[in-house]
Amino acid sequence: MPTASSSITWSHDFDSALTQARASKRGILLDFTAAPM
Amino acid sequence: MYSDRRVARFISEQLEPVRVHVREQKDEYRRLSERYNAQWTPTILILDSEGQERHRIEGFLPVDDFLPQVALGVAKSAFQRQEYADAERRYREIVDKFSSTDAAAEALYWAGVSKYKASGDASALKATSTAFRERYQDTIWAKKASVWE
Repeated sequence: MPTASSSITWSHDFDSALTQARASKRGILLDFTAAPM
Repeated sequence: MYSDRRVARFISEQLEPVRVHVREQKDEYRRLSERYNAQWTPTILILDSEGQERHRIEGFLPVDDFLPQVALGVAKSAFQRQEYADAERRYREIVDKFSSTDAAAEALYWAGVSKYKASGDASALKATSTAFRERYQDTIWAKKASVWE
């Protein structure tokens, strides 16, 4: 389930995001975090 | 970092943002941290559209340093795609907008390389070396560019 932080809508499904990135030709920002979600 | 409007806007416009939490997504965190050798949080990777790492940010940065680092990753992705004119434009934008950050010197170096790759004209490298005589003299990027004198 995507979550919003400020105006960023985060995906938590990397594989789906990679599929989307390939289709859109956009890159991915992958954030490994320990911050509260 | 992400609550800053400039950061949020840039990321939303340029990238697919994915967040993996060390405790709340243990299996996914283990899988992806092994794949990308991420051993600390925060680690932020800028990946190209095929999932290849193009830039790495380890540890917290203030917004004014974080944003140009993300922009560096996007510019490096353009460079890797051999879209050199676009890469040069992106690198020069970092130099212009974030001139006092560590990212600026690296961007100045790669802007010169991008221009050279696009044109084949070695004067782009000499001009970059000359530019480093006026700014960022104490950086490793100035040392790297010094060979182009």
